[in-house]
Amino acid sequence: MVTRDVMQQRVQIPLSAESLTEERTAYLERLVRQARTAAAVFTQFTQEDVDRLVKPMVLAGLDQAQHLARLAVEETKLGVMEDKVIKNMVATEFAYNYIKDKRTVGIIREFPERNLVEMAEPIGVIFSITPITNPTSTVLFKCIMAIKTRNAVIFSPHPNAWRCCSEAVRIMYETALKHGAPEGVFACLESHTLQDNAYLMHHKDVGLIDATGGPGAVKAAYSSGKPALGVGPGNTPVYLERTADLNTAVTDIILSKTFDNGTICASEQTAVIDDEIYDLVLKKFAALGAHICNEKEVKLLARTVIDPETGFMQAAAVGQKAIDIARLAGLSVNPGTKLLIAPIQGVGREHPLSVEKLFPVLSVYRAKSVDEALKVCVDVNHAGGLGHTAVIFSRNDDVIRQFGELMNAGRILVNSPGSVGAVGGVYNDLPPTFSFGCGTGGGNSTTDNVNIYHYLNIKRVARRTQAHMWFRVPNQIYFNMNAVANVHQFASRSTIIVTNPSLEQFGHVDLVRRYIPEGTHVHVSVIPDAEPEVKVVMQGVEALNFYKADQIIALGGGSVIDAAKIMKLKYESPEADLEELAAPFLDLRKRVIEYPTEKINRVRLIAISTTSGTGSEVTPFAVLTDKERARKVTLADYSLTPDVAIVDPQFVMSMPKGLTADTGVDCLTHALEAAVSSYASAYTDCNAMQAIRMAFKYLPIAYQHPRDEEARCMMHNAACIAAMAFSNASVGVNHALAHAFGARFGVAHGRANALMLPHVIAYNASVPTKFLPSPYQKGYVAHKKYATIADLLGLGGHTIDEKVKNLVAATEQLLDQLGFPRSIADLGISKEEFERAMPDLTKLAFDDPSWRSNPRMPLISELAELFWKAYQGRGLGNMADAVRQQTA
Amino acid sequence: MAMIAVWLKVEEERVVQALQEASEKLDGIEGEVTLDLSSVRRIDPSAVRAMAEFAGMAEDKSVKVVLRGVNVDVYKVLKLVKLASRFSFVS
Repeated sequence: MVTRDVMQQRVQIPLSAESLTEERTAYLERLVRQARTAAAVFTQFTQEDVDRLVKPMVLAGLDQAQHLARLAVEETKLGVMEDKVIKNMVATEFAYNYIKDKRTVGIIREFPERNLVEMAEPIGVIFSITPITNPTSTVLFKCIMAIKTRNAVIFSPHPNAWRCCSEAVRIMYETALKHGAPEGVFACLESHTLQDNAYLMHHKDVGLIDATGGPGAVKAAYSSGKPALGVGPGNTPVYLERTADLNTAVTDIILSKTFDNGTICASEQTAVIDDEIYDLVLKKFAALGAHICNEKEVKLLARTVIDPETGFMQAAAVGQKAIDIARLAGLSVNPGTKLLIAPIQGVGREHPLSVEKLFPVLSVYRAKSVDEALKVCVDVNHAGGLGHTAVIFSRNDDVIRQFGELMNAGRILVNSPGSVGAVGGVYNDLPPTFSFGCGTGGGNSTTDNVNIYHYLNIKRVARRTQAHMWFRVPNQIYFNMNAVANVHQFASRSTIIVTNPSLEQFGHVDLVRRYIPEGTHVHVSVIPDAEPEVKVVMQGVEALNFYKADQIIALGGGSVIDAAKIMKLKYESPEADLEELAAPFLDLRKRVIEYPTEKINRVRLIAISTTSGTGSEVTPFAVLTDKERARKVTLADYSLTPDVAIVDPQFVMSMPKGLTADTGVDCLTHALEAAVSSYASAYTDCNAMQAIRMAFKYLPIAYQHPRDEEARCMMHNAACIAAMAFSNASVGVNHALAHAFGARFGVAHGRANALMLPHVIAYNASVPTKFLPSPYQKGYVAHKKYATIADLLGLGGHTIDEKVKNLVAATEQLLDQLGFPRSIADLGISKEEFERAMPDLTKLAFDDPSWRSNPRMPLISELAELFWKAYQGRGLGNMADAVRQQTA
Repeated sequence: MAMIAVWLKVEEERVVQALQEASEKLDGIEGEVTLDLSSVRRIDPSAVRAMAEFAGMAEDKSVKVVLRGVNVDVYKVLKLVKLASRFSFVS
């Protein structure tokens, strides 16, 4: 089970194979060609075919376990024959138990909830280096893994273990062949040279190098440029913490350290023992056949088993019995001694026995505290054992967790022996293996117990997923005339009405107060009639705190409601950082910034809208003005959505014409953008389409006849319905352009939207230069949706193109009716000034999150083009005229 | 010069023999030889070797080898052993 070839420790495998003879090259080429053919033919095998091969191979391995173990010990002169039998049996029986029901052909795993399946693709030809310390079991294990995964293997055994390994390969190959495996599926190099290895490591038809050997072989494998599995050396610390079951610990460590004479590299090398139990532990070791060395003996032992020049173990000691090592060192020990225990005072070169010792010698260290013990374990781990294995015996979960965090080891074994525990499947549920991945700490590509999945290319078939969508709006929406009366339903001790001066003058505040339940303490917070600034918001938060408010009634347009949303946020979660919360994101559900969920105050937000445009009473958005940077900061999170929305048209009956037009076009833009958004769904479409119909019909009436109650009511509802659509589908590039333009030139939002709107419809309806990833939509549908809208509006047209043009024309016509300036130039902005502003405009527009859900991804140049079209206001108007004429 | 094309049906159980027989006929063929592999579900290493040898002989004699009805599993084997480019395929 040793996964490291100590005999090759200082041998570097050359990277070049130039010295190979022609004859040798031909031989190696023949091996590879044969393996490549076998691997290719193997791809035709089904899971059932493969499983029919594996079982007889396992049985053959079990049958020959003793024969191979005997051969291995005779040839290598390492280890214990009986233990090698166990290894061979684990390599076959335990491996089989792990793999027998696992799929390795076709679909190997399915994740229906993720619409994902994993499929197996064999690697092809694997070049495998096997060690001296663990020769036959490694071969048996790798053969079984290879057959299970439909790969061919060329083995290069350690020169001093060639006979036993080639015998193991022969047994496996003949059995596999007999049951139908492709000819040439296994081969074993007839003799072994480092040049052979170098040649095969670099061969174009070798798919993977699986190097279970010394550091030289592993390094050469990783340096070859081929995908490689290489395993590194170990230096396993074992911590005996004071709460440990000492009988178990001592027995397990002796078992582990003496198994095959300590040749398993996961076996314990230094036991770090808590002071309180140290003497007792040593007494128990001694009672079970360990010899505790005195100071003089430790020196003699170190001199014998550790090379003073390199600091590594002496090869002659590897895999030898304790009693033989003692004799070599000149120690007098009992004949039945199993293990030599050497107390050490530290870790490092000055403490030679603190390194890896693949023989039955265990260093022990007395630790005065848990802290010291853990530090010494870290030292041992870093003294040649990074990534490999660490062991702890303890009943204290906190210490076990701390040990796990500190150790850099692929296997951290708890209350079980290192060697047999690391192999897996015996003491724990780790996959059985004969190759211990040691991660980057050991210069390896994996920390896993190498298993069948490392012999496969795992392909993932990822089907398109239908991501969950949502439709989130306030819990309660009250609408139509006198809907404000519903305020009386909401009990409150302390209510703050956030509004602006003009609404207070109109008597709107009094109207609301009339419906607030008696006994409620009411305070009115009047904020300027403009988009909220941070300073204004924070003053509102002060008032909320002062009055210990449990309810906010936001009475106003978008600015007031947005201010109230942010006041609520800061009142409930004072730590909320507005600048951070405004960080850009691509997908709301995956964004980096999280809105606070811990709240120190709770407040209900009732939003009563007094304009028919923003729909802020139902949206999760709030816009702040950042005056210093001349930009608007958009906050977006469903936690900002008001709890209650009241859509009562009596608050908009006196809206001036200009405001009616501006807000009405804002509503229309929301609906049009939501309709074609990449986040649009059937739930948002119905709202968007209905809002568009209502806006086209009632906006001109509300504009021309402000006292028309039906038109006002319909437009007020339309604004709310459009907002429900865009709250869930978001907006698009029109808003990005309007935000940038509005902020830079101080133009009202609705007006800025109106300047862009016809151009954006035409832009979105044409074939995109760049598509935006849009998992929610099947293909590009913006133009079709515009055509549907045209149909809903009864605009006529036979083709999609015609319908889109009619929609553009109808939009132009509506904007004309509302008396909007039809170009940016009409606003008195000179061409030069606009040109100078263009870099800022395009940057601001591109930074704006609004376009992220636009059906078409805008390039900077396209944003500039749209701005210029809006500046000129030409072209589309002419086109619209032409369309109108044609339709007529 | 008239083209003498040959069409041979290859059965799965005797791919190697069929290819040997086909190679014996290569001398009399001008232009192309079509091997019908539609009843071959799988090939083994000996068949792969036989196909490689046959491709080599055909190339020496400037005879184009057309494989008909090759299933996708067998086609993948031919790709993996880099033989596919030496044949033409028809369905």
